[in-house]
Parts: sequence; structure tokens; C-alpha cells
Amino acid sequence: MAYSEKVIDHYNNPRNMGSFKKDEEGVGTGIVGAPECGDVMKLQIKVEEDTIVDAKFKTFGCGSAIASSSLATEWLKGKTVDEAGQIKNTEIVQELNLPPVKIHCSVLAEDAIKAALNDYKKKADTEGETEEAATPA
Amino acid sequence: MKLPIYMDNHSTTPCDPRVVDAMLPYFTEKFGNSASRNHSFGWEAEEGVDQARKHIANLINADAKEIVFTSGATESDNLALKGVVEMYKEKGDHVITTSTEHRAVIDAAKSLEKKGVKVTYLPVDKAGRVDPDDVRNAITDKTILISIMLANNEIGTIHPIAEIGKIAKEKGVLFHCDATQGVGKIPVDVQQLGVDLMAFTAHKIYGPKGIGALYVRRKAPRVRLAPMIDGGGHERGMRSGTLPVPLVVGFGKAVELCAQEMPEESVRTMALRDRLQDGIMGALEEVYLNGHETERLPGNLNISFAYVEGEALLMGVKEIALSSGSACTSATLEPSYVLRALGVGSDLAHSSIRFGVGRFTTPEEVEYTIDRMIKAVNHLREMSPLYEMAKEGIDLKTVQWAVH
Ligand SMILES: Cc1ncc(COP(=O)(O)O)c(C=O)c1O
Ligand code: FES
Repeated sequence: MAYSEKVIDHYNNPRNMGSFKKDEEGVGTGIVGAPECGDVMKLQIKVEEDTIVDAKFKTFGCGSAIASSSLATEWLKGKTVDEAGQIKNTEIVQELNLPPVKIHCSVLAEDAIKAALNDYKKKADTEGETEEAATPA
Repeated sequence: MKLPIYMDNHSTTPCDPRVVDAMLPYFTEKFGNSASRNHSFGWEAEEGVDQARKHIANLINADAKEIVFTSGATESDNLALKGVVEMYKEKGDHVITTSTEHRAVIDAAKSLEKKGVKVTYLPVDKAGRVDPDDVRNAITDKTILISIMLANNEIGTIHPIAEIGKIAKEKGVLFHCDATQGVGKIPVDVQQLGVDLMAFTAHKIYGPKGIGALYVRRKAPRVRLAPMIDGGGHERGMRSGTLPVPLVVGFGKAVELCAQEMPEESVRTMALRDRLQDGIMGALEEVYLNGHETERLPGNLNISFAYVEGEALLMGVKEIALSSGSACTSATLEPSYVLRALGVGSDLAHSSIRFGVGRFTTPEEVEYTIDRMIKAVNHLREMSPLYEMAKEGIDLKTVQWAVH
């Protein structure tokens, strides 16, 4: 498999590789894939006032999967939660010049973004609830 | 040391320059058709073919008349399976093989199944070996052929062929052996192994691509085959078509060199392989050898690197030619069926790399490869969510994954 320059660059110099503490305030975590399928992606966002101020990833998968998640973290930073939900795997395919057999790696990245956003929203909701409950009426 | 480094010698090997030298005259001056009986051009070509046939027969302790030239091991395997089944269909309709054969055998067997032939695919143990007792127990009065490889192309595991040969003889069942990875690398003697048919190919032993052979026993028993290619009746009628004389001559030369150099070469490749194995496995945690510790081809090393995916690893060492059992490198997106048959989990099958040390591998290349592999594995583990979870003490087997 011949890789595009951009995939190679992300592989050699992964952007925003690492982890946040899952229970940190404003952090949403998405883990998708399975070891048996040969790909697991962990994507995390850190949100302040509805804006993603930071993002991190860790990926077990081929070079295209690593590049897709690395690119996703770059794109996520600075976006609002709603804007982030608009990122499409086809944009990743285009940016990284992924061949057809590697499209599923970009789909996984889109799924990871969605999972991280959902996790953030769920946490924000329950945090909101507990805050409300804590405030005496 | 020159880059890139070739360390994929199970896939193919470079032609030895001495083989190329032997072939060259047969393209230009000695271009005759070896089947032309009426002039010196034909005789000259025939002489080249005869000599090659003799070298090849000698290497495996066969008679020159028992060597049928084909286009390669794939054709030899197909001819053995389909030719025997067609010829002996009155006697029975059952074939025994293993689940870790090369696709040339598995797919030929599958195609026979579509025509109503019954095929038993025997399991292998953790190290990749078939149990001769399983072979014995699988034989019925309808069994006409056993087909088991000498050494596996992914894990290098060597099967107990001589034991199976004895069983086949005792039960009067023909025995075909795909010896493609073993011939030229380890001693192979068709009498001692008790095989009736044997497939092998030139390009795995520093010869040219596009030429292989099928050994077909002529005595005790005399094996008959229905041809797959009809025509001028070449190769005792079993494989028609004008012989590619330069390729045949190259095959012969390659075999001659293997016969001369095997004692020294197998020791050297094994030492390099052992150094590679120790260098990598000694420096990294959670790396697992696939295949048999000792009953293994001298140049073979197949390792799974937990928590990293094989194709990503190959990408990290792209100046070294290797191969992986990962689904990501395969067209089917399924991880290696050979590793799965050993009971290796899908996760570790995705993490496997095959190294093939060969005649032209140098100690410098081995040291370089060790160093690069360690760095690449560490780089990827740093990036791996699975490694992180394992380090946190999470048992990955208990995690609920969204399997897709
Ligand atoms: C065990 C085995 N059998 C058969 C083959 C096919 O050989 P050929 O390429 O000569 O058709 C190979 C080569 O990959 C092999 O390793
Ligand atoms: S992770 Fe398997 S092809 Fe990308």
C-alpha cells in the first residue's frame, strides 16, 4: 500500500497524541472499534463554554486510521460542539487521499468524534442535573 | 548497507547471479525447443533440460523421470489434487488436508468440493503441527489422497511428514506434499518422507519465477494423473506445452547451488534468524512467537507484537520489506487464517509480522532491523489506547467492544 504524504506525516508526527483524565470536567471520551477487528480509536475533547479547546487521540490501527484520528483532533480544536458534529468522514478521505479500502478507517474517526461528543453531552447533562439538585429551591 | 532491506524471503527470493549466468545462453544462442528431435538446436536445449532435471531429482532423491515441470507450485498443487482426484475417482472421493495449507491447496480442495469431493481439513496444534493420529483417524475406505505441506509459509512450522508418509503407505492412500518452502532450505528425501507427489518452485530458492515442479512417483506405487493441460504430450503427458528452457536451466542451477550450500547456508540463516528473534524479543515486553520453537524453517521468524497493528508497524519500518498477518494488509480484511488456526486471537493475528531471512541477508541488516523494530513498536505503543488500558491494569478481554 502506497501511503499519501499526509498520512505519512501524521504517522511520523502525530498531532495531539495522548489522553485526558476521563472524569476531568468538560472532557468527552469516545472509544470505538475492537481489538479483534484490528482497530480501536480513542478520541477525547475538552470543552469550555461550548467550544472545543483541546482534543487528544490514541489509536490502535493501520497508518490510515492513525492519520484519520490525528487529523480529526486538529479539526476539532476551536470548533463548537455543534460544528464538530458536522465533520464527515468524506472530508477526512479527501484531505488524506485515502484509497477505497481505507475508507472504513475514516468512518471510524467520524464515529469516534460522535462518541466523544455524545459522552460530553451526557456528562454535561448529568452534571447540570446534580447541580440543580444541589441548589435548594 | 543498502536500503531498502529485503527480509521477505518466504514470499520470493532474488535470482542468484550464478543462476542468471547459467540461463542467459538459453535465451539467445541455445534457444531451441527441447522437444525438437531433428537438429542440434533442439538437442542442445534438451541437454540443458536433462541436466536440470537430474539436479532437481538428485536434491530430493528421486529419479529424473519423476520430475514434471510446471509453471510453479500453484500449478503443481492444482495438478496433484485435481489430477489424482480425476484419475482415481472410481476408487473414492475423499481428500484429507490441513487448515493451514497454502491457498494453492486450500482453494484447489474447495474447487473439488464444489464437484462433490469430500474434503477433511485437519486442525493443527498451537505450534501449527498436524497430529499424525488425526490423519490416521480421518482415513476412510473412500480416501484417495492426503495433501499436507512440509513447512508452512507463514510460521515456518515443519510437519511430521515422514510419520504421515508411513501411515499413508500402510493404508494405501496417495500422499502429496507441498514442499515449496522446504525444498532447498532443509534436507528433503522423497523416499525417507514416503511421499508420492511433491510440489515446489524455483523462485523461493533463488531461481527464476514462473517455473516449478511436481514430483510424481513412478514405482511403489506408480502414480497416475489426469492432465489439466492437453496438448503435445510433454512431461509424460501430464503437462503439455513447450518447456521454458531458460527457466528450467535456471531452476536446475538454483537447485545445484542449494544442494552445495545448504549445510553452511542453513546454519548461517538460522544464526541470523536467532539473533533477530533474541534481539527483538529480548528488548520488548509482550511479544509472542508464532509457530514452533524448534521444528521450524531456519530463516523463519513470525512474531506478534501485542497492542500494535501489523500494517502500521510495517509502515514504521517501510525501508525493510516484511509481511504481516494483519487484516489491514489483506484484500479480504480478514486476519491470517493460519494464525487463527493455531488459536492465536484475532487481536494478536492483527499484530503479527513475518520475517524471512535468506541467502543474501547480512548481520548488519539484522542489527538494523532489530533496532528499527524496537523503535517502531515503542512509537506505536505510545500511541495505542490498548497499551494504555493494559498499563492501567484493565483486562482487555473484559471490555465491551463495539465489534463492527
Ligand atoms: C507453501 C506454498 N505453496 C505454494 C506456493 C505457490 O508457489 P508459486 O508462486 O510458485 O505458484 C507458495 C508461494 O507463495 C507457498 O509458499
Ligand atoms: S485500521 Fe485496518 S485498514 Fe485501517
